[in-house]
Amino acid sequence: MLLIYCPYCEEERSELEFRNGGDAHIARPTNMAEISDEEFEAYFFLRDNPKGVIFERWRHIHGCGRFFNAARDTVSDRFIATYRAGEPKPVLDAEPKTPATVETYEALEGAAQ
Amino acid sequence: MSGVNRISGAGRLTPARTARFTFDGRTLTALEGDTVASALLSHDIHLVGRSFKYHRPRGILSAGAEEPNALLDVSRDAARRQPNVRATVQEVFDGMKVASQNRWPSLSFDVGSFNDFLSPFFAAGFYYKTFMWPKAAWHKLYEPFIRRAAGLGVTPTEPDPDHYASRYVHCDVLVVGAGVAGLAAALAAAKAGAKVIVCDEQGEVGGALHHDIGTVIDGKPGYGWAQQTGKALAAMDNVTLLTRTTAFGYYNHNFVALVERVTDHLAAVDETLPRERLWQVRAKKVILANGSIERHMVFANNDRPGIMLASAGRTYLNHFGVAVGKRVGIYTAHDSAYEAAFDLKRAGVAVPVIVDCRQKPGEAVLEEARNLGIEVLTGHSVVDTSGKLRVASISVARNGGGGQRKIAVDALLVSAGWTPSVHLFSQSRGKVKFDAATERFLPGIYAQECLSVGACNGTDDLQATIDEALAAGELAARAAGAKGGAQVALNGRNAFEWTGGMIGAAEGAGADKTVKAFIDFQHDVCAKDIRLAVREGMHSIEHIKRFTTNGMASDQGKLSNMHGLAIAAEALGKEIPAVGLTTFRQPYTPVTFGTIVSHSRGSLFDPARKTPMHAWEEAQGAEFEDVGNWKRAWFYPKAGETMHEAVARECKTVREVAGVFDASTLGKIEVVGPDAAKFLNLMYTNAWDNLKPGRCRYGIMLREDGFIYDDGVVGRLAEDRFHVTTTTGGAPRVLQHMEDYLQTEFPHLKVWLTSTTEQWAVIAVQGPKAREIIAPLVEGIDLSNEALPHMSVAEGRICGVPARLFRMSFTGELGFEVNVPADYGQAVWEAIWARAEPMGACAYGTETMHVLRAEKGYIIVGQDTDGTVTPDDAGLSWAVSRKKPDFVGIRGLKRPDLVRDGRKQLVGLLTKDPKVVLEEGAQIVADPNEPKPMTMLGHVTSAYWSPNCGRSIAMALVAGGRARLGQTLYVPMADRTIAVEVSDMVFFDKEGGRLNG
Repeated sequence: MLLIYCPYCEEERSELEFRNGGDAHIARPTNMAEISDEEFEAYFFLRDNPKGVIFERWRHIHGCGRFFNAARDTVSDRFIATYRAGEPKPVLDAEPKTPATVETYEALEGAAQ
Repeated sequence: MSGVNRISGAGRLTPARTARFTFDGRTLTALEGDTVASALLSHDIHLVGRSFKYHRPRGILSAGAEEPNALLDVSRDAARRQPNVRATVQEVFDGMKVASQNRWPSLSFDVGSFNDFLSPFFAAGFYYKTFMWPKAAWHKLYEPFIRRAAGLGVTPTEPDPDHYASRYVHCDVLVVGAGVAGLAAALAAAKAGAKVIVCDEQGEVGGALHHDIGTVIDGKPGYGWAQQTGKALAAMDNVTLLTRTTAFGYYNHNFVALVERVTDHLAAVDETLPRERLWQVRAKKVILANGSIERHMVFANNDRPGIMLASAGRTYLNHFGVAVGKRVGIYTAHDSAYEAAFDLKRAGVAVPVIVDCRQKPGEAVLEEARNLGIEVLTGHSVVDTSGKLRVASISVARNGGGGQRKIAVDALLVSAGWTPSVHLFSQSRGKVKFDAATERFLPGIYAQECLSVGACNGTDDLQATIDEALAAGELAARAAGAKGGAQVALNGRNAFEWTGGMIGAAEGAGADKTVKAFIDFQHDVCAKDIRLAVREGMHSIEHIKRFTTNGMASDQGKLSNMHGLAIAAEALGKEIPAVGLTTFRQPYTPVTFGTIVSHSRGSLFDPARKTPMHAWEEAQGAEFEDVGNWKRAWFYPKAGETMHEAVARECKTVREVAGVFDASTLGKIEVVGPDAAKFLNLMYTNAWDNLKPGRCRYGIMLREDGFIYDDGVVGRLAEDRFHVTTTTGGAPRVLQHMEDYLQTEFPHLKVWLTSTTEQWAVIAVQGPKAREIIAPLVEGIDLSNEALPHMSVAEGRICGVPARLFRMSFTGELGFEVNVPADYGQAVWEAIWARAEPMGACAYGTETMHVLRAEKGYIIVGQDTDGTVTPDDAGLSWAVSRKKPDFVGIRGLKRPDLVRDGRKQLVGLLTKDPKVVLEEGAQIVADPNEPKPMTMLGHVTSAYWSPNCGRSIAMALVAGGRARLGQTLYVPMADRTIAVEVSDMVFFDKEGGRLNG
């Protein structure tokens, strides 16, 4: 179970209190009615699903009720930062590369591809 | 008499304290503190079960949680029975009943053992190759056969009478394991002032000190030191010491799940205690001190009862005072097994031979063996064993060939060395590294705030283990913020230094395709099976695992994984790290469902939501239906009435007189603020600026993709205040949806959203006499059509209680919805009922509500729509504003697929035979004679018998539906085809005049 720091409550709380809200920093076009099919596709349907850092929205639904943003590593599930909605993406330190001493199957599978 | 194999003076149990239990009906005496395994062994019982696939006789292999063979059915009474209990873990209590499994008719004569002779047909992966044809045999023959053969134990049939507890706890340092390393680490952390939790799966602390009597710590025998240290720790305010507690799962952010077995070892169960307790621990630092697990030797017929791990033999002797045999042989690749021989010999047990497959064992153990007069055969291997239900002899040969020598034994202790237990480390997503020199996987890169110490970290030397553990304990405490106290120093020494170890098949396991040299006892996987898997093209260890089922039993390969890996690597011609390790998963050992479920069962499984009028409805004999978590009155049968009759009566009564309906479950959201109308303009398709205070409007909410998400009536109470209603099931997600847009896309709007669903009780009064019923109870509101027309709202009082009175209708009749604060709900309902009943009105439930709304063609979101329906598809394009520059879904509605011709549209269906009611979900076709697969045009979404129309009615989504009005379509059913005519959706009062009474 994850431990998530709510930037509004200013404390770490259990994942049970939160709900994930998908990718962050995808602004709804202000001229929504006019955008092209391609622009709508990009806005509504297309997402990256990165292996590594993802910027995503969370809501402290059983706490303060606020939406905020988080940078999370999708491999380790480690939260690198959480910040309030509307704030810019934080600048993150470069992630240390994992040395090649990994013997689990998942890692080897990655190498084989 | 507590057993023929009990050696007087040996072990730590008290001879005077006995407990009686039965094994397969035979009454036996045990000593208090015995495990089932030690008690059975004390009576010279090795044969305890039959193997899973071949039904081979099996005995007790280990003395711990890794046990693959001795899985027994243990019961306290009829309801408290548990299959597949590890005899090596379960403690004996007085009155316990133990039974063997997977045998028929008896343990010593088992018909299923015929499988052993058929074993050529049960090669690895046989179930992927056999049972393939003929296809028809699956249902009748193969599946029932496989289902009967599958699984070892028999599940209990009675409900579990015990209760379970769950606890969340935070600590500075969690220490897993209370052997030398764990105790030392806990001591250092505790003395530094940290809040410490120490857990150990056994009944007492000590870990390997249970068997290793050669260890001296702080000048005391190791086990005694451990008990003393455990007592000292337990007495400290900042320490929680949990025995019989397994850390079974290491999850994210140092969240570790422990299960504490509270009552399973007690003769009399204290009903106030939970059977097991789940501890959900969030630790700042975790210290893993979970030791190592001894491996068995892989050689021909290594599974006979009486063949067991050397450390287990030592545990039974040194802790339980039980000799596992009278002539005990040793077969090893590691020095540690020599100490088993020494202990047995000193206890007076014959040790005819130590067979060591190595040329050069440790000098010190060789010398001690010589001193004790034990024959040692180095560079030799055990190449076979004999004995039907118990090992009787071993055949020994010099490595590389030569003559065999047969040696009589009644037990054989084996050791291939020790596997560091990196399970929890790996579960924490740490990366293991392979140490080629010692051929073992060790903690490599840490993913979480944890440290491994002692045997699980590959630290062999006792003093090094102690120093490492003390340092880790203090470091963890300091890192967690502890500032206190003294440093701890301890010294320890072993009787002997240990060297050696091997993984994979020993000499004599052979490359022979017929030799059964077991690596996984629980799933009957042999060395040859791994080789077969490689020959058949499995090159990944994950594929080899699944093909052979190696390591997939409930012991999760604690003994077999390393052997399987080494044999696979050899067969593949690869280095072990290049083959890779399978991933360790939670749980470490099996956990009962009771522990995981805890209190969440029965009425606490899922809370029931009840409306303020629930008690009245119950008293009236209403039947209830579940809508989400809500209990809603479904219909109110009178004596002798069927559901059909009750609903027909309610439907007629509402239209002829009036009905009263509990609509409290409707979702309600108060939208308040200077920008409230602007906000609703964005959230709903309709325009809200022009809605005057005191009026209501039916609103449709879309998702951004243009599909209907929810609907409901919105009343404007003031310029800046709206009373929004949602569907019963939709309330939470609609609020989430609104909050999402308000907080993240439109934060400039000044609006507050408040869920008021449970604040208001809602009483719908519908029908020609609705006004007459409520009129005398209402104060301050003019109820006339002129002052309060259809779709309006007014605030006033009813029965003296503040009320919001809506003039609206989900029945097509003159209707009011009375909203009063929830606490007054039942009183106001009763006042209304006191007026309604004498006039001949009825109370009606959700079923009648559904029929009445369908008679009028009003849709239910989620029943007549399914997330792919646009407002136009539902015939609601009139509710979509064409003037607004923006609303959620405005762009989605323009997508090419949403504006194309031929989309499925909601229409009415009238069966040609008016008595036939369609089935909801039934498919609709144009040509009933078209060969299959037929072209399906859509499906029935709602279908009812309409008492007011005197016929069946239905709504359906049909491709190009509105262009088909008057056409005949067909609904093919299993037994017949039903002809229907496409109609509009208003089946009753098409002009809508009844809305005005």
